[in-house]
Amino acid sequence: MPNGENSGILIYAQLTRENYIHTVFFELLDKSKELASKLGGVEINAVIFTTPNLINEFRESFQNMGLDKVYCFENDLFKNYSTEYYSKLIVNLVNYIKPEIFLIGATTQGRDLAPRISSALHTGLTADCTGLDINEKGLLAATRPTFGGELMATILCKTYPQMATVRPGVFRVNSVYDKKDTEFIFPQYSFEGLEDRVKILDFRNSVDSIINELDSAEIIVAGGMGLKNEQGFALLKDFAKSIGATVGATRAAVEAGLAPSSIQIGQTGKTVRPKLYIACGISGAIQHIVGMENSEHIIAINNDKNAPIFEIADTGIVGDFFEIIPKYLETKGE
Amino acid sequence: MKIALCVKQVPDTNDIKWTENNTLQREGVESILNPFDAYAAEFALDIKDKLKNTEITVFTMGPNQAQDMLRKLLALGCDNAVLISDRKFAGADTYATGKTIAQAIKTLLPDFDLIICGQFAVDGDTAQTGPCIASFLDIAQVTYVKELVNIDNKSIEVTRELDDGTERVKVTYPVLLCKLQDDFEPSRPLINGIKEALKKEIRICDLNCLGLEPENVGLKGSPTYVSKAFRNISNHNAQKYELSTEESVKLLDEKIKSVEVKNA
Ligand SMILES: Cc1cc2nc3c(=O)[nH]c(=O)nc-3n(C[C@H](O)[C@H](O)[C@H](O)COP(=O)(O)OP(=O)(O)OC[C@H]3O[C@@H](n4cnc5c(N)ncnc54)[C@H](O)[C@@H]3O)c2cc1C
Ligand SMILES: Nc1ncnc2c1ncn2[C@@H]1O[C@H](COP(=O)(O)O)[C@@H](O)[C@H]1O
Repeated sequence: MPNGENSGILIYAQLTRENYIHTVFFELLDKSKELASKLGGVEINAVIFTTPNLINEFRESFQNMGLDKVYCFENDLFKNYSTEYYSKLIVNLVNYIKPEIFLIGATTQGRDLAPRISSALHTGLTADCTGLDINEKGLLAATRPTFGGELMATILCKTYPQMATVRPGVFRVNSVYDKKDTEFIFPQYSFEGLEDRVKILDFRNSVDSIINELDSAEIIVAGGMGLKNEQGFALLKDFAKSIGATVGATRAAVEAGLAPSSIQIGQTGKTVRPKLYIACGISGAIQHIVGMENSEHIIAINNDKNAPIFEIADTGIVGDFFEIIPKYLETKGE
Repeated sequence: MKIALCVKQVPDTNDIKWTENNTLQREGVESILNPFDAYAAEFALDIKDKLKNTEITVFTMGPNQAQDMLRKLLALGCDNAVLISDRKFAGADTYATGKTIAQAIKTLLPDFDLIICGQFAVDGDTAQTGPCIASFLDIAQVTYVKELVNIDNKSIEVTRELDDGTERVKVTYPVLLCKLQDDFEPSRPLINGIKEALKKEIRICDLNCLGLEPENVGLKGSPTYVSKAFRNISNHNAQKYELSTEESVKLLDEKIKSVEVKNA
C-alpha cells in the first residue's frame, strides 16, 4: 500500500555481451525523466552489473545522462548474466533504497529477471508496456496490449516498487542530457548461501542480431506472404536498397523460410517505429500490427482491397507488388 | 524422474469478438490449450520417451471446463492431472497465479525434479508466471528453452534462444524451464487413448487443499489490477487508393520523397 516511504525511479541498466549499455536503457531513462517531473522531481537512479573496473569506462557516459545515482555491482562472475545472482542482489538493493518505480527493459534478459525480482519483493509487475504515465493519485499507470494486441489494458499496482518492463523500440530517445553530479555507489554484498546451478556451456551469436538495423532504421520495407517466394524477397531487397531502407518481414514469411527470424516484426518479433514503414504483401494480422503501428507513416501495397492492413495504413495502395515495384525501380533507373 | 507440467487454457485469440461497447465478448469464444504449452507438453513427453520411470503431472489453474484439456493431455501420455480451481482464485495476476501454482506443486508433488511451463500464454503474453513459480519455490529457472540436448537423472542440458544468439546451458535439478515454440507442429498420437484418459481421475484442488488464505489468492492476493481496458484503435488516417500501376508508382514515389531521410 502507498506508504510515502518509497521514492524515486530505479532503472536496470542492462549490458550487452559486448559491454555496451543496451539501447532500451536510454529509452527508459528518457521516459523516466518525464515520470520523475510529474512526480515533482524525484531521483532517477540506475543499477548495473559489470566485471571489475569496467565501470570506469562507463563513468563518463553515465555522468552526462542526468542520473542521480548509479549502483554498481562488480564481480568477475558478472561477465555473464545470472538469474540467481542478479535477482538476489537487486532484491536486497531495492529493499534498502526503496524506489517507488522500478523499470526494466523487456529484452530476453529483462523478462527473465523482472518476474523473479517482483515475486521475491511481493510486488506487482506489468510486462511489455507500451505506455507509462503518472495518474492523478501519483501512481504508475502502465498500459499494455493483451489478447494478441486486440485489447489495451491500463494496469495499476497496489504495492511498492511499482514494476514494469518495456520492450526496446517502444519509447523514443529525445532529450538532450543535462549534466549532473552522478554519484557512483558500490554496495556491499556477499554471495553467502547463493549458488547458481545454471552453467553456461557455450554461446553462439546470431550474427545479424548484434546490431539490429531495424532499431535505428528511418525507413523499413517489410514483406509478407504476398511476396510468395525468394524472387519476391529479392525484389523487396532491391526496392529497399533503392530508397535506403532496411528490410523486415512477417512471421509467416519467416516461417516459410523467406527471411531470417531476426528481422521478424510483431508481437513475437521486433517492435519498430521508423518514419516510414512500407508493408508489401502483408495482410495486417493484429500480431504484426502491434510491432509497427507506431511508425510515423505507413504505406501498404496489397492486391486485396479488403486486407486489414488498409485499416491502419496512412497510404493504402491497392495493387500487385509484382507490377508496382518493378515499375518503380524501372522509373528510378532512368 | 518427476515432472510438473503447467498448462493454461486460453481464449482463441484468432477468434476474438467485440461487444458494441468495445469490450471483449467472453461468451462463445473457443477455449484452446495455450499454443506454447503444447510445445511444453511435447518437451515433457520427449523426456519421458528418453528416461524410463518418468512421471508427468499436469497442473492447470482455471475453471472446471479446463478438465477437457487435461483429459487430452492424459491421452497424449501424461500420467496425472491436477485442476487447481476455486472461485476465490479468480482474477489472479501473475504474482497470485505463480504463488498458487507453486503451492499446489509443493503440496501435491513435493519431490519434483523438473517443472515445465510454456514461455508465454497468448492471452496475457506476460511470460511472467514461470519465473514467478520458480521464485516462490526458490529454485533455478531456465527461460527461452528451445531444444533438449541431453538429459540424465541428475541434470538437463538445453539450448536457449535469446535476443542476441543461442546459449547452451546445463543445470542440475530441481529446475523450472520455460519452453519456446518449436519449428514444427506437435504431432503426437493419443497413445493412451481417450477412453483410458476418461477413466483417469483428475485431482481437483481448492483453497482448503492448498492451505492458503483467501486474502493471498485471486484478485485480493494480486498486487496489480486492471484500472481500464479499451480496444486498440489506430491513430493512422487510413486512406485507400485504387489506381493504375503508373499512378500507384507515382503516389509511392511522392510518399517516399515526402519523408525526410538521413540514411539514404
Ligand atoms: C501467438 C502469435 C504470435 C504471432 N506473432 C507474429 C509476429 O510477431 N509477427 C507477424 O508478422 N505475425 C505474427 N503472427 C502471425 C500472424 O497472425 C499472421 O499469420 C502473419 O502476420 C501473416 O503474415 P502475412 O501478412 O505475411 O501473410 P498472409 O496473412 O498470408 O497475407 C499475405 C497478403 O499478401 C497479399 N498479396 C498476395 N499477393 C500479392 C501481390 N501480388 N501483391 C500484393 N499483395 C499480395 C494478400 O492479399 C494477403 O493480404 C503471430 C501469430 C500468433 C498466433
Ligand atoms: N492458470 C495457469 N495454470 C497453469 N499454468 C499457467 C497458468 N497461467 C500461466 N501458466 C504457465 O505459465 C506460462 C506463461 O504464462 P503467462 O505468464 O501468462 O504468459 C504458460 O505457458 C503456462 O505454462
